Amino acid sequence: MPPRILPEPTPETQHFWDGTRNGELLLQRCKETGEAYFPPRPFAPKTGSRNVEVFKASGRATLYSYVINHRPRPDMGTEPYAIAVVQLEEGPRMMTNIVGCPQTPEALVLDMPLEVVFEKMSDTITLPFFQPAKG
Amino acid sequence: MMQKSVAVVGAAETTKMGKIPDVSVIGLHADAALNAMADAGLKPTDIDGVACAGISPVELAQYLGITPTYADGTSVGGCSFMLHVRHAAAAINAGLCTTVLITHGESGRSRVGAGGFGRAPSSLMGQFEMPYGVTAPPTMFTIPVLRYMKTYGVTEEDLANVAVIQREWAAKNPRASYRDPITIDDVLNSDMIAWPFRKLMCCLVTDGGGALILTSAERAKDFPQKPVYVLGTGESVETPMVSQMEDFTTSKAFRVSGKKAFDEAGISHADVDHLMIYDAFAHLPLYGLEDLGFCKPGEAKDFINGRNTAIGGKLPLNTNGGGLSYMHSGMYGMYALQESVRQMRGIAPAQVDGAKISVCHGVGGMFAASGTVIFTNEA
Repeated sequence: MPPRILPEPTPETQHFWDGTRNGELLLQRCKETGEAYFPPRPFAPKTGSRNVEVFKASGRATLYSYVINHRPRPDMGTEPYAIAVVQLEEGPRMMTNIVGCPQTPEALVLDMPLEVVFEKMSDTITLPFFQPAKG
Repeated sequence: MMQKSVAVVGAAETTKMGKIPDVSVIGLHADAALNAMADAGLKPTDIDGVACAGISPVELAQYLGITPTYADGTSVGGCSFMLHVRHAAAAINAGLCTTVLITHGESGRSRVGAGGFGRAPSSLMGQFEMPYGVTAPPTMFTIPVLRYMKTYGVTEEDLANVAVIQREWAAKNPRASYRDPITIDDVLNSDMIAWPFRKLMCCLVTDGGGALILTSAERAKDFPQKPVYVLGTGESVETPMVSQMEDFTTSKAFRVSGKKAFDEAGISHADVDHLMIYDAFAHLPLYGLEDLGFCKPGEAKDFINGRNTAIGGKLPLNTNGGGLSYMHSGMYGMYALQESVRQMRGIAPAQVDGAKISVCHGVGGMFAASGTVIFTNEA
């Protein structure tokens, strides 16, 4: 199996990938409106304000939508897997994989509660995944 | 733009379509361009504006021997050609040029002289989508649909019926790739691609191209073909990452582009005789019907199931068979435009009798971009 396709951080996103390596899901928000946003950038979308801060997200989310890919990309193995978009508690959405449960329509129910988990993929990259919430 | 100030005077597809292993990408652009120039009675030196996507307008101009005073390389995916029409109309009205050639060519199946589909791992998509196993459009364009289905009670049968009805249109089109009738069961039993999407809910992968030539309405009268006037146009873009769409049940780019085009054209939905909605996948006509305002949110499935968009229905939709059955080289928008022009000329294989207004709506990327062109054959 070829090595998994991994992100290459840029200066504007490095803090996010440093965060996942430390077991933290970091988002950003506009200090004027308080609105959280993702993916990372050094200003707030729409307002254009550079007055922003990085903060640690709760890691809680719900399942917003997904597909189950039956033609796996070679670096993803041979079994079908879900490619999901989750709704983070703080507002933004992000793409991810759902781990710790079967990759079936029966197990993956829209709006089910999820929590973030981190999986180390290389010395520099740890990916955030989500699993069914335990508590 | 000014209504009916610009017209299509040349329109053609590539000589062959489907599987063309002996022609490269730029060769497909050129073949379509030469066919459109023959249709308009022009030669390359008569053209002073060029537009294309996929390849650069610089490559196109040099290859054909054109010295343009206007070049548009807008490349926002499969609806780029709708944007090219819009920009060309503005350019002709502003006096930047007189005669614009818009081309498309893609070796989608044979990959002759074609580039790859990858994204840089440092791009936002490369960092925040690619690591999760997305591949080509079948695993990205499809991600919003479960949310849409849950919100409006849309079923897999509803999605399948979109493909069934478009196959009925394709059966009337000798150039369509797939013409044999299919049933909802056939669709639901076809290979699983990315649940809930089956193979027959996904577009074809073919080779081909098309080209359009536009000029001022005043000059259009002197050309051999019946002029097809541009009545209204719209465009918008939303996000390169499908995960960042504002709402998975509706496309903001569709809504903005469609409204702009209808406002420019000064028409109501009841005025529309013929409709094209870029159908890379079976859910797109549902989103399109709602986001363009033909149906209320959630009602497009009933509209389609009620055979309103089928042969004999009040709003004939995707009358060439669409990307699901006619052809889809990668950037299908050009073929939707070609079918609108054929309908307005009155020469389509599945001609809508007496059609006077055609709306042609395109998508680019995975709900990333949108362009809408409204045509009429009345001066």
